[in-house]
Amino acid sequence: MNALVPLLLMFLPLIAAVISFALPERLAVWRNAFNILFAFVKLLLIGYLLREVEAGRSVEWRYEFLPGHDFLLRVDSLALLFVTLSVFLWLITTIYAIAYFGRGPNLARFFGFFNLCVLAATGVAISGTAITFFLFYELLTLATWPLIVHRGDEKSLRAGRIYLTYTLAGSAALLAGILWLKALVGPIEFTVPPDLGEVSPIALTLIFILCVGGLGVKAALVPFHGWLPEAMAAPAPVSALLHAVAVVKAGAFGIVRIIYDVYGVDTVAALNLGLPLAALASVTILYGSLRALMQSDLKRRLAYSTVSQVSYIILGASLVGPYAVIGGLVHLVHQGVMKITLFMCAGALANRMGIKTIADINGAGRSMPVTMFAFTIAALGMIGFPPLAGFISKWYLGTGGLQSGAPWVVAVLAASSLLNAAYFLPLIFRAWLLPRTAGTTVREFASAEDWMLVLPAAVTAALCVAVGVMAAWAFSPLGWATRIAETGYLQ
Amino acid sequence: MSPLDLLVATPLGFMLAALAFGGQGRWLILVASPLMMSLAVWLVFLPPDAAHVVGGWDLPLGILLRGDGVARVFVLGAALCAALVGLQALYEFSPQSGGPSARNRGFWPLFYLMWAGANAGFLTTDLFNLYVALEMVSLAGVGLSALGSLQAALRYFLFALMGSLAYLLGVALLFANYGTVDITLLARTAEADAATLMALAVMTGGLLVKSALFPLHGWLPPAHAAAPAPASALLSAIVVKLGFVILMRLWFEAFATLAAPIAVGLLGALGAAAVIYGSIQAMRQRQLKALVAYSTVAQVGYLFVAFPLVAAAPSAAWSGMTLHAVAHMLAKAAMFLAAGLMLKAAPGRDIADLVGLARVMPVTVTAFALAAISLMGLPPSGGFAAKFMLLDAALDQGAYIYAAVLLGGGLMAAVYLFRPIAVAFSGAHGRAVALKAPLAAVAPLALAMCAIALGFFGVAFAELAAIGAPWAQGDAIGGVP
Repeated sequence: MNALVPLLLMFLPLIAAVISFALPERLAVWRNAFNILFAFVKLLLIGYLLREVEAGRSVEWRYEFLPGHDFLLRVDSLALLFVTLSVFLWLITTIYAIAYFGRGPNLARFFGFFNLCVLAATGVAISGTAITFFLFYELLTLATWPLIVHRGDEKSLRAGRIYLTYTLAGSAALLAGILWLKALVGPIEFTVPPDLGEVSPIALTLIFILCVGGLGVKAALVPFHGWLPEAMAAPAPVSALLHAVAVVKAGAFGIVRIIYDVYGVDTVAALNLGLPLAALASVTILYGSLRALMQSDLKRRLAYSTVSQVSYIILGASLVGPYAVIGGLVHLVHQGVMKITLFMCAGALANRMGIKTIADINGAGRSMPVTMFAFTIAALGMIGFPPLAGFISKWYLGTGGLQSGAPWVVAVLAASSLLNAAYFLPLIFRAWLLPRTAGTTVREFASAEDWMLVLPAAVTAALCVAVGVMAAWAFSPLGWATRIAETGYLQ
Repeated sequence: MSPLDLLVATPLGFMLAALAFGGQGRWLILVASPLMMSLAVWLVFLPPDAAHVVGGWDLPLGILLRGDGVARVFVLGAALCAALVGLQALYEFSPQSGGPSARNRGFWPLFYLMWAGANAGFLTTDLFNLYVALEMVSLAGVGLSALGSLQAALRYFLFALMGSLAYLLGVALLFANYGTVDITLLARTAEADAATLMALAVMTGGLLVKSALFPLHGWLPPAHAAAPAPASALLSAIVVKLGFVILMRLWFEAFATLAAPIAVGLLGALGAAAVIYGSIQAMRQRQLKALVAYSTVAQVGYLFVAFPLVAAAPSAAWSGMTLHAVAHMLAKAAMFLAAGLMLKAAPGRDIADLVGLARVMPVTVTAFALAAISLMGLPPSGGFAAKFMLLDAALDQGAYIYAAVLLGGGLMAAVYLFRPIAVAFSGAHGRAVALKAPLAAVAPLALAMCAIALGFFGVAFAELAAIGAPWAQGDAIGGVP
């Protein structure tokens, strides 16, 4: 029975996708209902899986799909970290998207591909072999493209083109890396780390560069980050979920898998691959923050902030110390919760008040206090105010840096936090303390749809506080990340 | 009776019937499609050593039809394509379509002739019978392309004629030398003397023309781009594959021991050049169907990139090569049919005219996109499984250049195939109008789904394609340990 649960995780979004594609526009209400229902069912399933994995039972489903290559879905603690995040945020974003689009064109297509993305993101999380991971990683590329070009105007088509150029080239590198390694040591299964002792260090280094480079494209690692700010031409729910959570996280998650489940901590240390990657991640962190500071468009500022924040995860993973890896893993969740809040708020502001640039935001707090309050909490979390989510991540990363003998990490974190403050605090100041200079003022809750637009952000903002305050609980992101580190990587 | 005979005889019967019934002959496809599909499925489930001597005459006098793995997968793939393309043609060539009635009637006999010839070519192991099959398919192909453009068809005819003559010359040389032209017998007796090598060279040259390998592809793009959609689909999916299958039989079965690494490497290099050249040309096209036609030039290249990989380690690359051919059959047929429907709705024939089609005809654009995914070799699809197996084999052998070509070719395919899709997705206010017949999109969608589904049955396909494969008897091709 347990073997079928991973399959069910795949089929639920598939069915939802088919329903979304098939239902005509006049049945849009049913489509929305089905989407929310399926997201709920999936969340229940995740609850069940959390209990199973917590009890130490493994859940997997295997099928030989090409000669010598297994298609393996396996739910382990690391997978669950990512699945829980994406499934929960998906539910939130689905509700938000329904309100955001209202009755726009091409919505059947939108929700269909949206569900295919859930499928791909879930698959990325629970794949048990490198090949399975690649399948879903590529499916994620294909399923997100129609969402990016959803508006169909010149700008989004350009964004789609740039996105495909980057990501398809990245996937080709990843595929080459995976198959090259397979040619040397046989098929790679994440739970059974391959024996790399016989392989020449040069080949191992090149394969590492191919894999991490390929994954780094989605994780927006400098210099492969160019697609992310462009992709902000997509509608807000897409930016929120895909470009703050699913796509970039798939890349970061893959890098964690490569370091810990394919190469293993010892090999990475022996080959001296951790430090260069940590350095690259640090460069990305600082560069992204600097570029964010220079943007005058609200969504682009958030996009560059994503570039910067996702590399915290990679930094944590590449330092290969206990605290650092916990910090990296917990940031996978924390960054997702905070960034989705910011994007949903930005979308709501744009949707209701037409706010696009930094200057427009003056006085927005008076018209939409709940939205701006959520935005403020998430922004403070990003900066790292205790006891919010971002503080926990940064604390563990900093401690981890000291523990791994890389004290410069603390300097990077401090500089990044200063920059975060420099680009977030003016927004908060403008929104609350400056008078409304131009544009419309609205009542925040004029209709039922406005509630659906604002409440999701409020829920995730509350979560930003909760994961920080209740970090000691076993099922908190920190508790779970600690569990992953203790059971998997620190023996 | 055996399905082996019936697979050849039945389409010939339908051809005669189509000629006899004239204008009403098009309805025969409603019988032919399910009948031929069941025959092909029957063939797949025959016992592994299925063979049948026509008329009871034994070798070397008689005609042997043999259902080995290659024959099974190609007959089944061709049956799927032809059956669905035929159903689409019922709509395309109906009297209400507005086309000239000679064209509407002329399609059907050619269609069945091509089907019979293709099946005969896949099933027979006799080089002279293969010549007959090749001619049947070529003539039908020329006729089909003449439905679109007489000039392109004439050019195709000249190329095809040269190819056939070269092939026939080789057969004659072999017959003079060995007194037999049966592949299985030749495999036992062939020696590397000048006449045999000469014969192999001219036959290969002729067949390369037929399968349109760069630089002998010149006839293909105009002929495939100008023909009506169902005809283009058949030409790209089935007709070019027959030349390739005969090449497989020659190089890996009849003369496996003689195939010098240099010659195989040359074919591989030509294949790589075809991938690059065809992709670049496809990127430069302004018209949709020309783009799809040049994509065939590129995709044929992959089949020959696989040649050196198969020669070095047959068990690994064999299934990749055959799967690529079959996946291309299904995906390319789907793509041509979808492109035909899209162009009917669009105001012009250029890619730029497709604006807004994704909204107007979502099912057709979906079919096009799914077919494109398989052609690009992106998962999950038959095209991906094939490219994956080839890439796997290339990296296992350390053939990094071929691996780079396989990966780079996929990226280039993405560049040219996403272009029409992006245009179809663009524009909130396209000028296009929806077709009156929504059912017409069913055939391309079904074909594209088959191409995608193939990706989930890689293991079953590999087992099927390996039945009676020449390398299965020994460790290496030709029994050389």
